Amino acid sequence: MPILEAKNLTYTYSIGSPFEKTAVDHIDLQIEAGEFIGVIGHTGSGKSTLMQMLNGLLKPTDGTVLLEGKDIWAKGADRRAVRFQVGLVFQYPEYQLFEETVYRDIAFGPKNMGLGETEIDRRVRETAEAVGLSEALLDKAPYALSGGQKRRAAIAGVMAMEPKVLILDEPCAGLDPKGRMKILSQLRDYHRRTGCTVLLVSHSMEDVAKYVSKLLVLSHAKVVSFDTPAKVFADGERLTEMGLALPQITRVFHGLRARGFDIPDEVYTVKYGAELLLQMLKGGGPGC
Amino acid sequence: MLKDITLGQYFPMDSVVHRMDARFKIIITLLFLVMLFWGQHVPTLLFGFAFVLLATVCSKIPPKMIVKSIKPIVPILIFTGLLNLFLLEGGEIYWQWKFLRISEQGIQTSVFMVVRICLLIAGTSLLTYTTSPIVLTDAIEALLSPLKKLKLPVHELAMMMTIALRFIPTLIEETDKIMSAQKARGADMESGGLVKRAKALVPILIPLFVSAFRRAEELALAMECRCYHGGEGRTRLRQLKSGLRDYIALAIMLAMLAAVIVINALMK
Repeated sequence: MPILEAKNLTYTYSIGSPFEKTAVDHIDLQIEAGEFIGVIGHTGSGKSTLMQMLNGLLKPTDGTVLLEGKDIWAKGADRRAVRFQVGLVFQYPEYQLFEETVYRDIAFGPKNMGLGETEIDRRVRETAEAVGLSEALLDKAPYALSGGQKRRAAIAGVMAMEPKVLILDEPCAGLDPKGRMKILSQLRDYHRRTGCTVLLVSHSMEDVAKYVSKLLVLSHAKVVSFDTPAKVFADGERLTEMGLALPQITRVFHGLRARGFDIPDEVYTVKYGAELLLQMLKGGGPGC
Repeated sequence: MLKDITLGQYFPMDSVVHRMDARFKIIITLLFLVMLFWGQHVPTLLFGFAFVLLATVCSKIPPKMIVKSIKPIVPILIFTGLLNLFLLEGGEIYWQWKFLRISEQGIQTSVFMVVRICLLIAGTSLLTYTTSPIVLTDAIEALLSPLKKLKLPVHELAMMMTIALRFIPTLIEETDKIMSAQKARGADMESGGLVKRAKALVPILIPLFVSAFRRAEELALAMECRCYHGGEGRTRLRQLKSGLRDYIALAIMLAMLAAVIVINALMK
């Protein structure tokens, strides 16, 4: 059974007004436990709306969301419990920090779950370590932290609820390359260690391609493809048409193919690309 | 949910009333209020009703919107109506119980008050429906500009109003976002007693204030970068221009006001 499932999911903003807009249009989706999924789409493709429906913050206009087979909008269902199981990190999450210390801010979620002191303490320290915040920072005020540290503290605040599904909406927006790498590799480690399901929303192929096991591509409120990165990137033209740039290395290989080299069209990591090229050069392939 | 709040409630349309000079619209609205409260007799209400009707038709605002603007004050209407109905004395008395009574004067006054308040709200809503908040503050600045001689910072006040209006939607959006983010962390805003609910606001208000201050700082910096230095010698993108239609509208209003004054004097 998939851990998270969307059936015929639809969301329309401002129904009945001149500003009516369907952000998510009859989407069907099955997410298996333990997957690391990259969600990509251009601005306004409905990514954020879809994510907010998956954890019960937005009520779908039509369709259902099933968490472990149970409808989260069924009568009597506890939506707050759903939000603890499907953790959502918003865009620019550092703007939600409010406590006096980083420690207390990370503890906000677990405290709302009604956990005991020792359990909260364990979770705060563990997640702080997972996102690379040192012990010394825990007693500081959130506003004394640097931009990247604030971002990681806010992500830790959601991780500390130990959700079964962790959704992150553009966790790298506005960070420098080093900060981006840091967060992404920490996420990968977290995913490997806990085995939880992770959904990573981004509009940068480059960022997500390296880490995810599957890619969900959204365009104009609909799912365009939901498959492994290799298969998604093989159809490069369509992605470019939708205003999504392919990873640089994929573009290089597509270019080589267009010039008559016999190489696969699904290269999306530099490592794999380099291996292929070396093999080709050694074997003295066509045109060398 | 927060998005559904209409603020400034400007209703964009292309109509004669929308194109009118905002300064005239403000003056006419003020005169309309004066007329409503000056007049003591039925013709005043008829004039007021005719005026609102005419303005609504000319502005192409759906009458539904006018009714909607009156809705929030229905409790006040009922309260004033009942108060006047039961407590006033004068003329023939139809019913009495202890200090409560229904008299001829009471019925008259309560009906008069209720209709008067309805017209008042309808008239002022028409002003805000047909004038965008930014233009409205421009017009207020223009009307208050004589006060500059008294060293009143009219331009600065108008600028503050404009900025405040401009940032209301932004802050509402921001509040929505922060609320969702805290809800995602299990913040409970819908249950519990008064104290618990007040406490639940802290995780929303603090980030909101922080972001409001951050925005204010950024805006101040951006204004300085573009050499903003106050109202002295500043020219405008939107010039307020008056034309024939404005004078005609003002003339109609003045004629009604004069008529009301004459009727008052005659029926004494």
